[in-house]
Amino acid sequence: MAQTSNVFKLAVASGKGGTGKTLLSTNLASFVSEFDDVLLVDLDVEEPNDSIFVKGLVSDVHPQYKMVPQWDVARCDLCGDCVDICNFNALVNVGKMIVVYENLCHSCHACSELCHKKALPMKKHHVGDVSVIKSQNLTLLEGRLNVNEEQPVALINNVHSLVNQNWSKYKYQIFDSPPGTSCSMVASTGKCDYILLVTEPTPFGLNDLKLAVDAAKLMKRPFGVVINKYGSGNKDVEEYCRDNGIEVLGKIPFDISIAERYSKGELLLDKHCFRSVVSSLYNKLENIRISQNG
Amino acid sequence: MDSIREIVVLSGKGGTGKTSVASSLAYLAGKEAILADCDVDASNLHLIMGPDIIKKELFYGGEVAQIDIETCIQCGKCKEVCRFDAISFSAGVHTIDNLSCEGCGYCSRVCPTGAITMMPRLSGEFYISGIRNGSQMSHAKLFAGGENSGKLVATVKKNAYRMAKERGCDYLITDGAPGIGCPVVSSLSGAKVALLVTEPTMSALHDLKRVLFVVRRFNAIPLLVINKSDINEAVSEEIKIFAKSEKIEHLADIPFNTAFVESMGKARIVAEENQFLKGIFESVWEKAKEVADSSVQN
Repeated sequence: MAQTSNVFKLAVASGKGGTGKTLLSTNLASFVSEFDDVLLVDLDVEEPNDSIFVKGLVSDVHPQYKMVPQWDVARCDLCGDCVDICNFNALVNVGKMIVVYENLCHSCHACSELCHKKALPMKKHHVGDVSVIKSQNLTLLEGRLNVNEEQPVALINNVHSLVNQNWSKYKYQIFDSPPGTSCSMVASTGKCDYILLVTEPTPFGLNDLKLAVDAAKLMKRPFGVVINKYGSGNKDVEEYCRDNGIEVLGKIPFDISIAERYSKGELLLDKHCFRSVVSSLYNKLENIRISQNG
Repeated sequence: MDSIREIVVLSGKGGTGKTSVASSLAYLAGKEAILADCDVDASNLHLIMGPDIIKKELFYGGEVAQIDIETCIQCGKCKEVCRFDAISFSAGVHTIDNLSCEGCGYCSRVCPTGAITMMPRLSGEFYISGIRNGSQMSHAKLFAGGENSGKLVATVKKNAYRMAKERGCDYLITDGAPGIGCPVVSSLSGAKVALLVTEPTMSALHDLKRVLFVVRRFNAIPLLVINKSDINEAVSEEIKIFAKSEKIEHLADIPFNTAFVESMGKARIVAEENQFLKGIFESVWEKAKEVADSSVQN
C-alpha cells in the first residue's frame, strides 16, 4: 500500500540470483545516509548478506516466531478432524499420536480453532531473528531464517510488520529482496511503492527479468530496471526494455574491480564511475517518490 | 533399492554458476544421465539445452478460495478467520485476493452458507524434453507469484527418476535453486552428492556455510567447486581452509572466464565451447561420479 505519509518503500528484486541486488541495496542505502536517515531491510532471509557490507554494531535482536499447533495428548480424542482440516499435510495421525510438522505449518489456526476438544493450542515457534544494526544515519534490519526452517514467508511478513510498527518514521525504506518470483519474492515486494529489478545483460538475466516483470505486473506495482555488469553479454535486455516501455534507471558498468571489491565485502561509493550511477539512480527515484506522493 | 545416483548442484548464493556447471556435466554425461532443472522459479537450463518438449502437464500447487456472490450473505465470518488478510470487504461484497490467499481452507469451513469453494490453483507447468546431448531433461516453470515450489520440485524429480529408470541412466544431474528454503530442501531429498558451486566473495562463503547445514541434514556428500576463483585469491584461500575443516573435498578451481557469458549468448554449453573449461569439468564429473558410486556401495 502507498503510505499516507511520504514514506517511500523501495524493493530491490530480481528473478535471477547473483545479479547485484545486495550490491545495489547496500550502496544506495549508504549513499542516502550521507544526507538523510535511511532504513535498509534485508529480506533475503534465507541468505542475508547486507550486514557483510554495512558494518555497525548490533543494537538489538528481535526473535521472530510463527504460531504452530501443539498437540495436547490429555485433551485429544483422536477424532482425526485436524488431519483432514490441514491443507498443508502438517498434521499426521501416527497410530495413537498426532504429529505436527512445524516446517509445513502455515499458521492458519484452522486445526486449533476448529478442534472440538481444544487439543491443539497454538504456541510460538522460533523461525529466525531480526537484528538491528546501526551505522550512523543508516539502520539495517537483517532478517535471518534459522537454517533448519524451510519457509521464509512468515518471517518476511513479520519483518514488514516490525518495520511498520517501529521504523515507520523513516522516509526511505529499502527492501533487499530474495531472488526468484515465487511466494517469498511476492511477500517481500508486494506492498512496496516501487520495485527496482536488477538484471544482467545475458540470456539468463533476460529470461528471469521477464519473469520478474510478470510478477511486478501481477502485483500491480510500478517498477524499473537496473542493468548490472553492463557492457558484458549482449544488448537483448536493453532492447527488451525499450520495446516494452520499461524504464532503465541505471547501468552499472562491467568492471572486474567492482567484482573484486564486492568480494571483500566493501562498499563502492568512493569509486567515481559507480558513485555516479548510484547518484543518478537516487535522483530518478526521488522524482518517482515525489510524483507518487503528489 | 534404487541404483540411480543423484548429484544436485547447489550454492546458497545465486549467480555463482550452478546452471553452467550442471549443463556442462550433463553435456559430458550424455546418455549416462538425466538432467533435472529444480530451480523452478527462475529456471535457465532450457535456454542452453535446446529442449524439444515431448510432454507438458499443468501443475496445481495447492488451492485458492473462491466466493460465490449469489450464495454469500456478507456475514464476514470468513474475513474474521483469515490469517493472511486475503479477504476484503468493500462496496457491500467480500472478495478474495488470490495472491494473499495461501489456500488453507479455513474460510470455506466456517462459511455458514457454503459460499466458499476451494479451487485447485494452477501455478505452473512441467515438461519432459529431449535435449541436444541425446538424453532427456525434466523441467518446469512456476508462474509468477506461485506457491509450493517445493512440491513442483518434487514433481520434476519424480519424473526425472522415472525417466532415468526407463532409459537405464545411472545418474541424475539436478540443477538446484539458490537459498536454503523449500525448493532446495526438496531438491536434496534422495540426492547422494551435493556439488556446491561457490565463488570467492564474502557473501558466497557466508551463504555456502548455511546451505552446507541443509546438505548435512539430508546426508548428501558435499563436494566443492570454486568458480571465478581468481577474483579474490585471499577469499578463495579462506574457502579452501573452511572446506578442509569441514572435510569437504575441493574438486576444482575455475578461473574467471568470459566463455561462460559468451557461450550463454550463443545458447551453448560452456563445456562444448571451451576446451580448457571442458577439461576441468571432465575431472569434476569423473570425481562426482566416483563419490556418488561409492555412496551406494557403502
